Amino acid sequence: MKIAYREIEGRSGAYWLLLGVLGAVTAAGLAAAWTMEHRGHIVTGMTNQIVWGMPHVFAVFLIVAASGALNVASIASVFGKGFYKPLAPLSGLVAVALLAGGLAVLMLDLGRADRIVVAMTRYNFTSIFALNVFLYTGFFVIVALYLWTMMERRMNRYSTPVGYAALVWRLVLTTGTGSIFGFLVARQAYDSAMLAPTFVAMSFSYGLAAYLLVLIAAYAWSGRTLDVAVLRRLKNLLVVFIAVVLYFVAVFHLTNLYFARQSAFERFVLADGGIYPALFWGGQILLGSLVPMALLAHPRLGAARGTVVAASLLVVLGGLAQMHVTIIGGQAFPLELFPGMQESGSFFDGRVHPYAPSLPELALGLGGVAIAGIIVVLAVKLLAFLPERLDGRVAESP
Amino acid sequence: MNGHDAGRRQFLAWGAGAVATLTLAPGVLLLQSAHGRAPVEAASGAVRWGLLIDTDKCAKGCDACVTACNRENGLSGGTRETDAQWIRKVELKDLRTGREASLPMMCQHCEQPPCVDVCPTGASFKRADGIVLVDKHVCIGCRYCMMACPYKARSLVHENLADQRPDVPRGKGTVESCTFCVHRVDRGETPACVRACADAGHGAMVFGDLNDPASDIAQRIARYPSTQARADLGLNPGVRYQGI
Repeated sequence: MKIAYREIEGRSGAYWLLLGVLGAVTAAGLAAAWTMEHRGHIVTGMTNQIVWGMPHVFAVFLIVAASGALNVASIASVFGKGFYKPLAPLSGLVAVALLAGGLAVLMLDLGRADRIVVAMTRYNFTSIFALNVFLYTGFFVIVALYLWTMMERRMNRYSTPVGYAALVWRLVLTTGTGSIFGFLVARQAYDSAMLAPTFVAMSFSYGLAAYLLVLIAAYAWSGRTLDVAVLRRLKNLLVVFIAVVLYFVAVFHLTNLYFARQSAFERFVLADGGIYPALFWGGQILLGSLVPMALLAHPRLGAARGTVVAASLLVVLGGLAQMHVTIIGGQAFPLELFPGMQESGSFFDGRVHPYAPSLPELALGLGGVAIAGIIVVLAVKLLAFLPERLDGRVAESP
Repeated sequence: MNGHDAGRRQFLAWGAGAVATLTLAPGVLLLQSAHGRAPVEAASGAVRWGLLIDTDKCAKGCDACVTACNRENGLSGGTRETDAQWIRKVELKDLRTGREASLPMMCQHCEQPPCVDVCPTGASFKRADGIVLVDKHVCIGCRYCMMACPYKARSLVHENLADQRPDVPRGKGTVESCTFCVHRVDRGETPACVRACADAGHGAMVFGDLNDPASDIAQRIARYPSTQARADLGLNPGVRYQGI
């Protein structure tokens, strides 16, 4: 049957309140960025030892989740599952919004954020960072095209080929994001080809969780019907994605544990590294993976709206914990200048580097999330992204 | 034309040649011996500047090289986690044998510098003579080079700066590291740390052209065993260590 998409009304007090809250958080993020620009990175918790901090935890999470948020659209047009078709436009919108939020954080954290024109006009093509600039801008263009083919009836017939392009592009994009770390030969936490596919797997999980949160909120707050069949399918998919991430994470650490030269780092991140093992086991593994899997696998409550929301929130928080362990834990572990030697020096050689995020960096990171939120909240009011109802009749399997 | 005239002309030619040689030779020879270069002249790929550090001569507790670097380049000398340190003393202890060593650590001016590979804008670059630098006008402060450097040789300028040295421009929000005192090297001098080490009577640092077989550094490297920090990475640093 024909799917009727319609803009949400967006005139209620609650709508404006939501927009106001998101606007306030964005403003706080921009104020933080201005302070960092004006006074320098001294106002952050980042140092010459922990050079990437909380902004990068948020930015990389958002960028990785952006790629994964496109899952639903890909399943609809590339794998031809009609069931997901009504859900696809929102998937593209969430993807674009998350990427915009993540890139805003990354750009505003630069030591010289005012030199964005330099970053956009001078490229060193041996740098995976420079290549990512193309992958990110290309992602916007391709997803915009993709949305056009999905939302404009005359363009519908092109949605499959554009969908293929978007699928390939986002796999390359997340490979590129994982490779930002994977290509760092100098640091023991990184320097692994495993990171690229692991990031791809993580994108599926984090992106779908973010998508589910937006979908459920949009339907609940606009008073539209969201059938349990839709949630059941999507939550089953989320369970599979979480399991795939666990597999990659397990292989990564098992490989490292096998290499004697990596055992000190593994001991640090898995056992005696203070906050990092706590975030890894408690945040990433237990709360971010095992608990949501158990919740979603529950035969009776697994597909309930509240359960899916709780599980998705946990996956998002687990993802932030994982980024914290990967990005900050990886830098906290001291570099080995002369392997096998004990080192000490005025630049904190041979010591675990402490890190305490400051308020401005937290505000900047959360500001990125709020920017993504604003884009979604405005877009669903201005354009017809959401089907009027998502019940069993619309969401039929072909 | 008679023989007398020919003899006179030849004498004049020789005389002119001699005068020209006497006038130009000191300059030419000086340039050759000191490897300095005029500001308009491009850095030469025939030269590879390098530094050999003899850790047996490097005294534990001596930081003459560090203070000289700070003074020369206008660094504060602070050692907070946010302060820039272009050169630092590192104490090593071999846990298996108990042997200790003290050495200065700075940008290793790699032949294959990871910082240059990862820099998105090309601000990190290697000069033809092997000196790795940051173009402060193109650096966007992303710090990817700091993530990539195996030697933790780079610093971000975290605060506003005052009292900069005219020879050594720096900038808040950009990344910087040891330049081998490129402004001194281009004048035909040695880096400030090397000079200070010699003045302190240690002479633990030898600076010179690795490509010139006649240079002190090349001869020492050929004669005595030396190691590179993280030689396993295959970056071929321009800085070598002796005695560890």
